[in-house]
Amino acid sequence: MTQVQNPPVTTTTTTAAGKYVGQAVDRVDGAVKTTGEARFAAEVPYANVAHAALVHSTVSRGRITAVDTTAAAAVEGVISVITHENAVRMRPPSKVSPIDIDSMASGTTVNYLNTDQVSWNGQPIAVVVAETPHAAHEAAGLVRATYEVQPSTVDFKAEAPNAEPQPSSLILPSGGSKGDAEAALAAAPVSVDLRFTTPMHHHNAIEPHATTAVWDGDRLTVHEASQSVVWVRKHLAHKFSVPAEGIRVIAPFVGGGFGGKANVWAGTILTVLAARMTGRPVRMLLTREGVYRTVGGRTPTIQRVALGARSDGHLTSLIHTSVSQLGRVGGMAEPVTSQSSHLYAADNLLLKQEIVKLDQIANTSMRAPGEAIGTYAIEVAIDELAAELGMDPIELRMVNEPETDPLHGRKFSHRMLREAYARGAERFGWANRSPEPGVTRDGRWLVGMGVATAYHPSFQLRANVTVRVSVDGGVLVRCGFQEMGMGGATAQAQIAADALGVPFESVRVEYGDTALPLAPMAGGSAQTASVATSLLAACEKLKKSMLELAKKSSESPLRGARAADLSARDGGLFHGGRGETYASILARAGIPSVDAAIGSETRLGDLVGNMRFMSKFLMDRRRWVKAACGAQFCEVRVDADTGEVRVSRWLGVFDVGTVINAKTATSQLKGGIVMGIGAALSEESLVDPRHGRVMNPSLAEYHLPVHADVPRIDVEYLDVPDPTMPLGLLGIGEVGITGVAGAIANAVHNATGKRVRDLPITLDKLL
Amino acid sequence: MKTFAYLSAPDVPSAVRAISTEPGAKFLGGGTNLVDLMREGVEAPDTVIDITRLPLTGVEELPDGGVRIGALVRNSHLAANQLIRSRYPLLSQAILTGASAQLRNMATVGGNLLQRTRCLYFYDSAAACNKREPGSGCDAIGGFNRGNAILGASESCIATHPSDMAVALVALDAVVEVESVRGTRRIPLVDFHRLPGTTPQVETVLEADELITAVELPPLPLAATSRYRKVRDRASYAFALVSVAAALEVEGGVVTGVRIALGGVATKPWRAHEAERVLLGAPATDESFRRAAEAELAPAVGRSQNEFKIELAQRAIVATLRTLLTEGGAA
Repeated sequence: MTQVQNPPVTTTTTTAAGKYVGQAVDRVDGAVKTTGEARFAAEVPYANVAHAALVHSTVSRGRITAVDTTAAAAVEGVISVITHENAVRMRPPSKVSPIDIDSMASGTTVNYLNTDQVSWNGQPIAVVVAETPHAAHEAAGLVRATYEVQPSTVDFKAEAPNAEPQPSSLILPSGGSKGDAEAALAAAPVSVDLRFTTPMHHHNAIEPHATTAVWDGDRLTVHEASQSVVWVRKHLAHKFSVPAEGIRVIAPFVGGGFGGKANVWAGTILTVLAARMTGRPVRMLLTREGVYRTVGGRTPTIQRVALGARSDGHLTSLIHTSVSQLGRVGGMAEPVTSQSSHLYAADNLLLKQEIVKLDQIANTSMRAPGEAIGTYAIEVAIDELAAELGMDPIELRMVNEPETDPLHGRKFSHRMLREAYARGAERFGWANRSPEPGVTRDGRWLVGMGVATAYHPSFQLRANVTVRVSVDGGVLVRCGFQEMGMGGATAQAQIAADALGVPFESVRVEYGDTALPLAPMAGGSAQTASVATSLLAACEKLKKSMLELAKKSSESPLRGARAADLSARDGGLFHGGRGETYASILARAGIPSVDAAIGSETRLGDLVGNMRFMSKFLMDRRRWVKAACGAQFCEVRVDADTGEVRVSRWLGVFDVGTVINAKTATSQLKGGIVMGIGAALSEESLVDPRHGRVMNPSLAEYHLPVHADVPRIDVEYLDVPDPTMPLGLLGIGEVGITGVAGAIANAVHNATGKRVRDLPITLDKLL
Repeated sequence: MKTFAYLSAPDVPSAVRAISTEPGAKFLGGGTNLVDLMREGVEAPDTVIDITRLPLTGVEELPDGGVRIGALVRNSHLAANQLIRSRYPLLSQAILTGASAQLRNMATVGGNLLQRTRCLYFYDSAAACNKREPGSGCDAIGGFNRGNAILGASESCIATHPSDMAVALVALDAVVEVESVRGTRRIPLVDFHRLPGTTPQVETVLEADELITAVELPPLPLAATSRYRKVRDRASYAFALVSVAAALEVEGGVVTGVRIALGGVATKPWRAHEAERVLLGAPATDESFRRAAEAELAPAVGRSQNEFKIELAQRAIVATLRTLLTEGGAA
C-alpha cells in the first residue's frame, strides 16, 4: 500500500439504487451469529488464559490509605492481586488536543492503579487475576480498602447554578446567536419559556465490555469489544510505551456499543496490565455493574427553551440553553442545543451551552449525543407554543421551516422535512387527532397523538480501503471499520458488488482489525459514508487497473475501450455488447489478483491524509449544513386511574438520503426509536446525590423498554439521495432516537392535558 | 460469589436433618433469588442444600374444596393449573405478572415466599442497610426510595416485599406448612412475614432449620371473581409500584364478601383488613371503594420519593374493585 490518494469529493447527484444497493439483503454475519460460531472478545480461545475481575472504590473522592489483599490472595486459584502499590508504571493519558480527534481516545484522565487518588465512586482500585472467573470475582469481593475521604461535589442539580460556559471546538460547537433573542422574546405577542431536565443514561449494550489480552515480548494482541480498534491500539501503545505497530486489536463482532465502546476505559487497560504483569493471556468480561462503574454514561441536563412568535406562528425568538455535566477527570460536552440552530427560521436566536464538573466518572457519548435529549426540549416547546397559538403543531413547524440554515445562512445540502411531515400525517391519520387534550378515550385509556422532528447531522471521517479482485472472480474488501450490529460489512459488500458489477456473494469484507487499512471509529453515524467514499474510489481505481491489464492483450474484447465508456456488470467490464470478466482478464495475464488502495498507512501519508481530511471537513462544514431528519409520529395510551403510559402506535418517516440496505437500515431506525421510548418513559441512572454512586447498575432496576413496551414500529424512507454524500447516503445510526421523547411527551399531553418536562415520564408525574 | 459446599437432599427428612446440622446453610429451590444475591455478595451461605429433587411438586384438591400446593411447584406450573385458574384466578394472574417466563419456569412457590427485597441499598454492599448488615443504618430513607414501602415500615427499614404471588396468597388466607426435625407446623401466611421493627434482618417467623413443604388454600368461592392488578414502570419485567389482589362478592348492590391485599407498598405482603372491614355490608359503589381505600392507606407514611404511592394505591384499589364489579361478574 504505497499509493497515496485522497478520496475524491463527491458532489454529483447519483441514482443510487443498484442491483444490490437499496435492497433488503440479509446481513453477511447473520449465520455465524445465530449459530454461535461468531467469537466475541471474551470468547476467543487461548490455552492458559487467566481471568481478571475489578475492585471498585466506594467513595467518590479520597486517597487510598491502605489496601488489604490478604484474604483475596488466599483464595484458591488467585494468581495476582494488583493495586496501586504493586502495579507497573504506565504513562498517564495524553492531553486532549482540539485538532486531533485521536487524542480523545481515553475515557478518563486517570492513570489507573498508578495513583492512590480516587476520583469517582466506582473507580477501579485493584484488579484480581485468577485461574477462573469465579475465583477472580470471589477474591475481588474480599479486597478491603481504607480511604482518607476528601470533600466532593457529585450532585448535578445542586451544582448546576455554578455552571460555566462550555468551550467551543471545531468538532463540537457550543452555541451561537443571531440578533437579540431575549428582547424579541419579551416583545413577542405569544411566547413560552420552559425548563426541562433529563437524567443520566447508560448505554446497556447487550455485550458487556470485554478484553482478552496476550503479550509476546513487546508485541500485543487484544481482542476487544470496541467501536474504535484504532483508538484502542493508539492508547495502549501510549500507556505501555510500546510501538503501535506491534499492537493488533481485533474486534470482528461487537455486541452493541451506542457510544459506550468508543473510548478506552479502565477494563481494557487493566486487562492489558494484568497480562503484562502475570505473563499470561488475561481475559476480563465486566459485570453489568462493572460497566456502570467504569464506563461513562450520558450526561444529565437542565435545559431552557424559550420561544416567541407572532400570532401567525412566525418565530421571532428561539432560545435554547443547556447545562450538562463533565467529570473532573474528563468527559464529552454534549452539543445539546445543536439541532436548535438548524430547525426553525427564527428571526433571533440564542444558543448557549454550559457545563459543571463533578467528582463523577467522565461522561461519554451515547447515541445522538446532544440531539437525543436536545430534540426533546425544543420539540416539546414547539408543541407548547402551538397550543398557545391554537395552531396545529405540524403547521407551526411548516410555517417556520427554513430555506437556509437559520443561524449562519448556509445552504442545506438537502432537506425534506416538509415531505416527511406530509407523508407521515397522511399515513398516520394525523387529521383524526383531537386538538383539544384529554378528550379521546378508549375504555380506561386516555388516547393521544404526538409528533416531533428527528434531526442528526451528517459528516464523514477518513477511511483507508483496499479492494482486490482475484482470478477466481472473488472480491476482497479490506478496511478496519467496526461492526457492532449495524450491518456495516453487509452494506459495504453491496456497494462493492454494484461498483464492480459482481455478484454480492462473491464479495468478502474484512473489518474490525488494526491489521487492516485504517478506518474511523463507528460514531457520529459517519461510518458507512466514510468507508463508502473510499471504497467507491478504490473500485474505480481497480476497474482502471483491470482495463489497463486487459488492453495489454490483443485478444481482449476491451482493446480500444476507454474507461469512461465502460460499464461494470456480470463480473467484469463491458462496453456495448463486448467485454470480459475480471477472472478472464487475470487468467489471460497469468496473475492471481489485482489490488487497488485508497489512503496511505505510512507516517507521512497518514499525516498528509489527516491534514487533507481536516481541511475538507472544515470547508465542507462552512459550505453546507448536512443532516438526516425525519418526522416521528406516535400514539400513546395513558391509564386514567394510574397514569401508566403505553405507546400504542409508531410511524417514523425519515429523510436519510439513499438507503443502502432496507433491512439493516430499518433495524437501525427501529432500534433508535426503541431506545428513545426508553429515554422517554423509563430510563434513568440513579446517581445518589450524597455520594455519587450509581444505585441501579443492573438491567433489573435500570428500566430499558421490554418487548411489551414497544408497539409495532413503521419506518418509511423518502429515499432521495443527498447530492453531497457518497451514493447520496446520510447516515442512519442515530437519527432514529432523536425526536422520540418529544413525540411521546407531546402525545402524553394530547392524551391527558399534562405537560411533563422532566424525563422519564413516569406515572407519578401524571397522577 | 463465595465458594460454598453443595448437598443434594433426596427426601424431606434428610433435607431437614441436613439443615439442622449445617449452620449457615440455605435451601436451594429455583435459585432465582438466592443465586442472584450470592452473586451480589448479599447472601454468602457456606452450604447450599439442593431440594429440587424432593417430592413436593403436586397441586392437589383437598376434600373441603381447598387446594394444597407443593413447595416446589414451579411458578409457571401453578399459574397454568386449571384448579388455580378457575377457583383462584387472581393467583394465576399475580404469578404471570411477575418476573419473566424464564424465571417463572425456575422459581418455586416456597422460594417465592422467601424472596428478598429489591431495595437498591440492600443490593449494594457499599451502602448502609440494616437488613443486610444489622446496625449499619438505612440509606434508603434519605436516598432513592421511590420503590420503597409506605406501610409497615420502621425507622430501621423501609424495604418493600417484592413478591406478586405472596400478595395473592395472603388475600386468599393461605396457610404455610413447614417441617423441621422437631415436626410440622402450620402458619397462616398473614402471620408468616414479620414487620421490620428494629430487626429488619428477621423477615419471617420461619426458624433457620425449617423447610417450607406446602401452601394450602382454603375453599373460597368468592375468589372465582378475583383480579390481580399490578402497576409498574414498564409493561413487563418490573416490580410493582403498587399491586392489588382483590376478590369481590356483591348481592343486591351490597358487598357480601371481599378480600383485598396490596403489593409494592408494604414491608410484607399486605392484607388490607381495614379496607375489607369498611366494605363489608357497604353499597358496592365507587364511593365505598374510595372510602375503603382511604381507610386502608390512612396510616401510610410517604418518604422523599414515594409519597405518590399513597394516592396511587387508593386509585388502584378503586379501579380493581370497579373492574370486578363491572367486568368481573361480582354483581
